[in-house]
Amino acid sequence: MTTDPAWIDAALTSARPQAVSALLRYFRDLDLAEEAFQDACLRALKSWPEKGPPRDPAAWLILVGRNSGIDGVRRRSRLQALPSEEVLSDLDDVEAPLAERLDGSDYRDDILRLLFICCHPDLPAVQQVAVALRIVSGLSVRQIARAFLVSEAAMEQRITRAKAKIGQANVAFEAPGPAERAERLAAVAAVVYLIFNEGYSSTVAEADARAPFAEEAIRLGRLLLRLFPTEPEIMGLDALMMLQHSRAAARFDENGQIVLLDDQDRGLWNRTLISEGLALIDKAMRHAAPGPYQVQAAIAALHARAANAADTDWPQIDRLYAALEQMNPSPVVTLNRSVAVSKTQGPEAALAMIAPLEGELGSYFYFHGARGSYLKQLGRKEEARVAFDRAIALANSAPEAAHIRQHLDSLAGETG
Amino acid sequence: MRYAILCYNDEAVTSAWSKEEDDAVMEKLEVVQERLRQEGKLGPAIRLLPTTAATTLRKAQNLVVDGPFAETKEQLLGFYIVDVETLEDGLQIARDLAVANPGGAYELRPIALFLPGIEMT
Repeated sequence: MTTDPAWIDAALTSARPQAVSALLRYFRDLDLAEEAFQDACLRALKSWPEKGPPRDPAAWLILVGRNSGIDGVRRRSRLQALPSEEVLSDLDDVEAPLAERLDGSDYRDDILRLLFICCHPDLPAVQQVAVALRIVSGLSVRQIARAFLVSEAAMEQRITRAKAKIGQANVAFEAPGPAERAERLAAVAAVVYLIFNEGYSSTVAEADARAPFAEEAIRLGRLLLRLFPTEPEIMGLDALMMLQHSRAAARFDENGQIVLLDDQDRGLWNRTLISEGLALIDKAMRHAAPGPYQVQAAIAALHARAANAADTDWPQIDRLYAALEQMNPSPVVTLNRSVAVSKTQGPEAALAMIAPLEGELGSYFYFHGARGSYLKQLGRKEEARVAFDRAIALANSAPEAAHIRQHLDSLAGETG
Repeated sequence: MRYAILCYNDEAVTSAWSKEEDDAVMEKLEVVQERLRQEGKLGPAIRLLPTTAATTLRKAQNLVVDGPFAETKEQLLGFYIVDVETLEDGLQIARDLAVANPGGAYELRPIALFLPGIEMT
């Protein structure tokens, strides 16, 4: 019963990061590690339905992958041709001690290393995401290409080039020290959040193709938390992704138009993801070691806890944005904070807050959208119209433009 | 006679299920659950969130640690379902219970799905 194809598929998916990363440590060659894993998966598809699933799928795949990888190397060097079906018999006996050895820090550093090599600083963000999805998550090149709206051939080429760069990077295979481990973890958290953000798209059509990204990022986030169960920033990252993703079904209306947070049907929010996210941010806060992911998650949590938009604790959101500005000074953070300020102190104060940002955010869609909306609230219609026009010119998608057009229409309605 | 049926599986695998796979499992379970409801045999059913969301209170030291209860020399002896605003509120209840019954640990794990089932008196 447990060997049905869906179970095997899920078991292979969940074992992949651990298995590929252990094979990478063993072979010290990414292509070889991936090939060995593929081979092990093929054997699993044949063996598991017949002999029943192994107790520890990851350990089974590592062992079989390692042997098949060795066979491959031997075959290539013409030392010995070795089809090794016999390896598969009595595997359970070998499996248990191997699994024990895999447990603990080796396994943790393996996965961290595999994710870390995807964060190669020479790779542009999009390529880091593509490589991580391909190597760590095992998404197909076709799936990734479709999400990035490029041809499969183009994506294949990009991933091959990125992997070549990674191959030259010479990431140390020794267990990292505590400082280096913390540094790797921060880089890896960033790439997981990048994957998540690539899934957080601004059109329905894209949202469909990219939905797996957000889910995959959350899965990787849970994996990181299993490896580092006491890291408050990883709890914060996971909480942030879950709380944001909980609103996915409410972000567009039936015509594909954007629905702003204040107007969303909160009945469409995913309560299960909210429960998990709230539990995690509460856990993180107990550590009293705040960081940017935790603060952003705490903001998302205040939205999730509000029964309706009017109940939102805007003063607390304003304070959290102020804390985030201190940790991560950025004009975009200040722009976001201005929304809270517009609720607590009114549009005039919000407008004053973003006025100095024009230089840095002059070509940013959201800047002109927010500015237009504050001006509109102040009754400065002509200036609001100019701001909305600029926003439309900078819109990244048709729904973004359509959303601003609604503002323009309502301005016209008020004058006409 | 009442029994609790405790569900065990590899959460790394079950959380790798796609939404479709998850829905398919839930649908098959619902067929069984509906029959049990008709027969008046099904009390509350609960699906827990992953252990990564768990927090444990070690009663003797009044020590709160991240993650699930991991020792093997103690056994699962029972559980409470409580409805609270925050983890801190839940921990406070656990501490109050610990005063009444010291020894062992309480693990707080958020609930994903709660099906009340039939009234059992």
